[in-house]
Amino acid sequence: MHYQTESWNSHKPTKSSSSSVITDPLAHIERLASDNAVVIFSMSTCCMCHAIKRLFCGMGVNPTVYELDEDPISGKEIEKALILLMGVSSVPVVFIGGKLVGAMDTVLASHINGTLVPLLKQAGALWL
Amino acid sequence: MWEFCQTDGSLDLFGWLVTARISIFIEVIDMITPTTQFTSTSTMGVYEPIHQISMWDDTFGGTISPNTDVCIITQADAKLDDKCEYASDRSLEPAEDNQTAKSIRDKVQRRLAQNREAARKSRLRKKAYVQQLETSRLKLAQLELELERARHQGLLIGGATANMGLCGNVNSGIAAFEMEYGHWMEEQQRKNSDLRNVLQSPIADVELRLLVEDVLEHYCNLFRMKRDASRADAFYLVFGMWRTPVEQFFLWIGGFQPSELISVVMPQLENLTDQQLAEVRNLQHSCQQAEDALSQGMEKLRQTLAQSITTLAAGAGSYSSQVVSTMEKLESLESFVQQADHLREQTLRRMSCILTMRQAAKGLLAFGEYFQRLRALGSLWAASPRKFT
Repeated sequence: MHYQTESWNSHKPTKSSSSSVITDPLAHIERLASDNAVVIFSMSTCCMCHAIKRLFCGMGVNPTVYELDEDPISGKEIEKALILLMGVSSVPVVFIGGKLVGAMDTVLASHINGTLVPLLKQAGALWL
Repeated sequence: MWEFCQTDGSLDLFGWLVTARISIFIEVIDMITPTTQFTSTSTMGVYEPIHQISMWDDTFGGTISPNTDVCIITQADAKLDDKCEYASDRSLEPAEDNQTAKSIRDKVQRRLAQNREAARKSRLRKKAYVQQLETSRLKLAQLELELERARHQGLLIGGATANMGLCGNVNSGIAAFEMEYGHWMEEQQRKNSDLRNVLQSPIADVELRLLVEDVLEHYCNLFRMKRDASRADAFYLVFGMWRTPVEQFFLWIGGFQPSELISVVMPQLENLTDQQLAEVRNLQHSCQQAEDALSQGMEKLRQTLAQSITTLAAGAGSYSSQVVSTMEKLESLESFVQQADHLREQTLRRMSCILTMRQAAKGLLAFGEYFQRLRALGSLWAASPRKFT
């Protein structure tokens, strides 16, 4: 099957970004989420994360992706905080316009009932 | 008359034999204890053999076993003798020799002890026998399901289907799902008929809504059943193993493809406004995007699994970390099946929102009939003889 080249921004943590332990993981997540229009917390090995990335790219959106397994500094902390936030699984988790949307099922539901596209437009992730 | 609940032929014959023996016993007991109350033979015939045994048991306190009925009859006779003996002994006792009386009493005691022992053994035998019967019943139900499935799939010789169908390795969660699916299909046919009848009459929207909601809820029940079954075996769900090969040809991750559903149903609908047409087009587009995303996720899963398999060290044990992580990847299939069903449910609900109640009812009927025809074609194909050159 023909694969599109990856077209999303992958965020790699810089050495000076943070100490080894985040004091408030949830606040950290919120900060990361509000930095960009569409933020996805993912893991490079997770296939459902791959599906969700494909969904946004297919719609013409350019999401900011944080691969938690590639973040040796704060990856684990963020993952734990996401499990607390979401309940069962940690990834994928989507934020649009700084607000939590949810996991794959919420994203699919909102796309089908037509609320996802207006949300993306409002956040400035989609034009026309 | 003797009527038996038919489970299958063998039980029926056995049941007759058991009941025939019990009837002989009843007549014997009748002679011995004419005052004993028990249910008449005609009512006994209506129950299943097992119930007959237990009823019998309740009445007479555990002296039954089909294998020892002859002994019981002998013992019953012995009891009769004992009673007669004892009765005659009583009348003669004061005048008899103490020795003879003692030996007779000993004989009686011995006989009674033997009877008690026999009764106890017979109760144990009966318990074991009933347990055996119940497990056999379950096994029979499972085998019947396997047979049904193998028949539907046309029993491919040497294929994976044949192996799974004939091995007897049917997961109990899957067996339960197949049984429930059978019921679901029957219920679905009834609902289709309801829709057909209702659409022929000028019924109020309010009542139509109830029926539409009911049909939608029925689909949700199916998705719930599939969710439970996918925990038992996600591969079974993905490949739609309970369906005929023709149906499997159209499968997308374990079920119908939502965008295709819309294509099937739309030509059957009339009087759609421009607004509705636009919304349906949007819905179909969104479905396609969601389907593509999930399909690509599945493709990624295949790729990572393939990589994982090639890097599995030769001679890696079943529980090595490599094998464990590969198994975990396989487990993620379950989430894809669930998301696919979630997409189907959302699409159905959205369609019923866009359409008027009457249109929604017509759409659901068209959808239901389409699948009935597809399944019928599948069964026909599976049953028809193959041409060999």
